[in-house]
Amino acid sequence: MLRYVFRRLLTAIPTLFVIVTMAFFLIRVAPGGPFNQERGLSPEIKANLEAQFGLNDPLWLQYVHYLGNLLRGNFGPSYNMPDFTVTELFAKGLPISIQIGASALILALLLGSLLGTIAALNQNKLADYSVIALAAAGSTIPTFVIAPVIQLLFGLTWKLLPIGGWGDGALLNKVGPVLTLALPQIAIVARLMRGSMIESLRSHHIRTARALGLSDWSVVVKHALRGAILPIVSFTGPAAAALLTGSIIVETIFAVPGIGRYFVEAALNRDYTLVMGTVVVIALFTIVFNLIVDIMYAFVDPRVRYD
Amino acid sequence: MDASETILNVKDLRVRFRTLDGVVEAVKGINIHVNAGETVAVVGESGSGKSQTMMAAMSLLASNGEATGVVDYRGRNLLTLSKPELNKVRGRKISMIFQEPMTSLDPLYSIGNQLIEPIRRHRGLSAAQAREEALKLLRLVHIPDPERRMKSYPHEMSGGQRQRVMIAMALANDPDILIADEPTTALDVTIQAQILMLLAELQRKLGMAIVFITHDLGIVRRFADRVYVMRYGEVVEEGEAEAIFVNPQHAYTKMLLAAEPTGTKAPPPPNAPVLLEGRNVEVNFKIGGGFLAGEPLVLRAVDHISIRLQRNQTIGIVGESGSGKSTLGRALLRLLPSDGLIRFGDRDISSADRQTMRPLRRELQLVFQDPFGSLSPRMTVGQVITEGLLVHEPTLSGKQRDLRAVEALREVGLDPNARNRYPHEFSGGQRQRIAIARAMILKPKVVVLDEPTSALDRSVQKQIVELLRKLQADHELSYLFISHDLAVVRAMADYIIVMKQGKIVEEGPTEAIFSNPQATYTQTLMAAAIDVTRFRLSA
Repeated sequence: MLRYVFRRLLTAIPTLFVIVTMAFFLIRVAPGGPFNQERGLSPEIKANLEAQFGLNDPLWLQYVHYLGNLLRGNFGPSYNMPDFTVTELFAKGLPISIQIGASALILALLLGSLLGTIAALNQNKLADYSVIALAAAGSTIPTFVIAPVIQLLFGLTWKLLPIGGWGDGALLNKVGPVLTLALPQIAIVARLMRGSMIESLRSHHIRTARALGLSDWSVVVKHALRGAILPIVSFTGPAAAALLTGSIIVETIFAVPGIGRYFVEAALNRDYTLVMGTVVVIALFTIVFNLIVDIMYAFVDPRVRYD
Repeated sequence: MDASETILNVKDLRVRFRTLDGVVEAVKGINIHVNAGETVAVVGESGSGKSQTMMAAMSLLASNGEATGVVDYRGRNLLTLSKPELNKVRGRKISMIFQEPMTSLDPLYSIGNQLIEPIRRHRGLSAAQAREEALKLLRLVHIPDPERRMKSYPHEMSGGQRQRVMIAMALANDPDILIADEPTTALDVTIQAQILMLLAELQRKLGMAIVFITHDLGIVRRFADRVYVMRYGEVVEEGEAEAIFVNPQHAYTKMLLAAEPTGTKAPPPPNAPVLLEGRNVEVNFKIGGGFLAGEPLVLRAVDHISIRLQRNQTIGIVGESGSGKSTLGRALLRLLPSDGLIRFGDRDISSADRQTMRPLRRELQLVFQDPFGSLSPRMTVGQVITEGLLVHEPTLSGKQRDLRAVEALREVGLDPNARNRYPHEFSGGQRQRIAIARAMILKPKVVVLDEPTSALDRSVQKQIVELLRKLQADHELSYLFISHDLAVVRAMADYIIVMKQGKIVEEGPTEAIFSNPQATYTQTLMAAAIDVTRFRLSA
C-alpha cells in the first residue's frame, strides 16, 4: 500500500508539470496583460511595471523563472493586488473556502446518502418519488437562484441569518453559503445512492442474508449499504476538490472572502500569477483527493488491492 | 424423529409477478410436501417455476412478486408470519443454498464474519463461542486450513470452496430442511461431484431433509427419494424417484428422460484434407506490470498444443473452467495473439494481421456460449445474420441478402419471418439458432463452437446438437467443439482432446477415450459426469 501511495505521488509530479505548463501558456495566449486597464496607464509607467515583474523577458525565460520560483514554493506577487503575494491571498482565503466547502460536502454526503437509502428501500412508493422530485429540483435550480432566495427568506423576512458577510467566521454567517453549496450536492448524492442501493439490494448476497434470517437492519446497513457506498466514495474525490477550492457564485452573493472568486477575477484581469496559483491549488486538491478516495476504496472493498 | 412426519406442506401455492406486460403467473396452484429427513427433487426446465416455488416459501420473491396459498412448516403458515417470526425460521429451521456460488457471499466481509453472524443471531452465542462453531462448520464441509480461511474473503476462494462455505452457513443452526437451488449448476463436473457427495455425507450426519431444485436428471436419479416434475408453473408428475425413471407417466417427463443427446459421429476418411492446423500453439497473458510496478506476471493459458482438424471432422475440446480450451479456439482463429504455427488450408496464418485475416474470416466462423449476450439487441434478426455478407459479399443487393437470410433461417429451422423481429423476442434455443444462422450464411468451412449448448435446457440442447450434426452432414463442415459437457461432446465429436491447465492431458478417438480413458484426470472427469447410482442421499 505504501509503495502504491509513493508511486501515485511520484506520477503526480509530471501531471502537475503538464498542467502548470499548459495553464502558463494558455493564459498568455489571451490578448492583453495585467496592466492594460480601462483608463490606461501612461506608456512609461506601464513599461516600468512590466520591467519590474519581468514581463518584458522572452516568454520561455518567464516560464523558466516561474517554474524556478514555484519549485521554491514562491507563487509570486499578485499583479492586481500588489500589496499581497499570491501565497498571502491563499493563506487568508483558502481556510474560509475549505470550511464552507467541507461543511457542505459532509452535509451532502450524510443527507444525500440517507435520502437515497430511504428512496431505494421504498422503491416506486411515495417516499421514493418525493426524493426523486427533490433531487431533480436540487440539481436543476441554479445556485444563483437558491442563494438570493435563502437571503430573502432567512435574512430579510424571518431575520434568522445575516444576509451576507463573513462576520469573522460566526456560525450563523456560514449557514447560508453552506446550504447553498450543499443543496445541489445533496441531490447528486441522493440520486447516486438510490441507484447503487437498489442494485445492491437486488444482489445475490443480499438474498443470502435474507435467507439466513438476518434482521432487516443487518441486511440493509451491514450488507447492502456497505456495497452501495462505493460509487459515493468515487464521487467524493472530484467533489471535494471542487467544493473545497471555493465557489465564485456563493462567495460573491454572500460576500464571503474565500478563494473561489480569484479564479474568475484573476483570469479577467490577466493576473497571471494569481491564475497560476489557483490552477496549482485546484490541481493539487484534485490529485490528493483522488488518491485519498482510492485508498478509502481499498478499505471498503477487500477486492481492491494496490500492489 | 418420525421419518414419515410431514414437516413442510405447500398447499395451492400461486406466485404472480406484476410486470410491464401485465400479471404473469409463475406458479399456478401447486401442492408439494416434504417429510422429515427425506430428499425431494423438484425438476423442471427454465421457466417451469421450480425456483420461484421455494423462493416464495422463503419469502425471497422479487419485490414485484406475490405469493398466495399455504406454506405450512410444522403448523405455521410461513406466508403469513410477521417478519421477525419468519426470521426465526429462515436460516434456522429452513435454510437455503443457491446456484451462484460466485456472488452469493458478501464480497466485503471475511468468511469468518459471515459465518459467525447467523450463528450469533439465532443462538445468541458469544463472539468467541460462535467463532468456535464457525471453525467446526468449516471443518465439517472440508475446507482445508479453516483457521486461515476464516480471515479470507470470498474472492480469494474458488467456486467450489465458496459453495462449501454457503453450505456451512446454511447448516450453521442445524436446520430441519435444506433447500438447494441448482447448487452445482455453475460448477465444473469434478467439483459438482464433490459438492454432491458432501451434501450426501452431511445429510447422513445431520439428518435434515433436502429439497433439490434442479434441471439435472442425473442428480435426481442419484439422490432423490421423491420427485416433482414441473412445467409452466404446474406439477405435471410426482412420485417415487425409482418409479418415475422406470415408468414415467406424463409425456413431458418421458420427453425429459429422452432428452440426453445420443448417437455418435463417424470419423472422416483418413485422407480427408487438413483444414486447420496448429503446431506448438502457445498463448500467454500478462497480468499487472507497468510504471514502477515491476515485472508483469505471465500466465500461460495455452501451452504448446498441436491440433489437426480435417474436413468433415469434429474435434471435441474438453476441460474445466480455466483449462484454456476457449483460448485455444480463439488463438486458432487468430482472434488472440499467439506463438507457434497456425495453418489454414495451405496458408500459414501464424502472423497474419487483421487485414489479411478479414477475407478468411468468412470461412472461419465462431458461435458463442451466451445466446443472450452475443446478439445485438438493437438489430433485427435479419440485420444480425446478414451483417457478415456486407463485409464478405459487398456486391449483393439488399434483395439478394434478404433471400440469403430466408435461406439461412430455414436451414436452422426457424420461420423466415423471424428476420423482421428483434433477438429479445426469442427463447434461448431460438437465439442460438440465430447465432448459428449468422455463421452459416457465410458458408464457412470451419466453425468453432464455444460451449454452444451450455446455457440451454437439456431438451433444447438435444435439438441444437441435432441441428449442428445435420448442418455438418449437408455442408461437410469441420467443427471445433469446445465443451465441459461430456454427454454432448460424446454425441458430437469423433475425436477428443482433454485439456487441463493449458496442456493436453489426453487425446484420441471419442469411443477410445470414453471406453478406456488413460490419464487419471480424464478418469476423474468421466467418473464425475457419468450416471451412476453409487451414492444415494438417504439409504
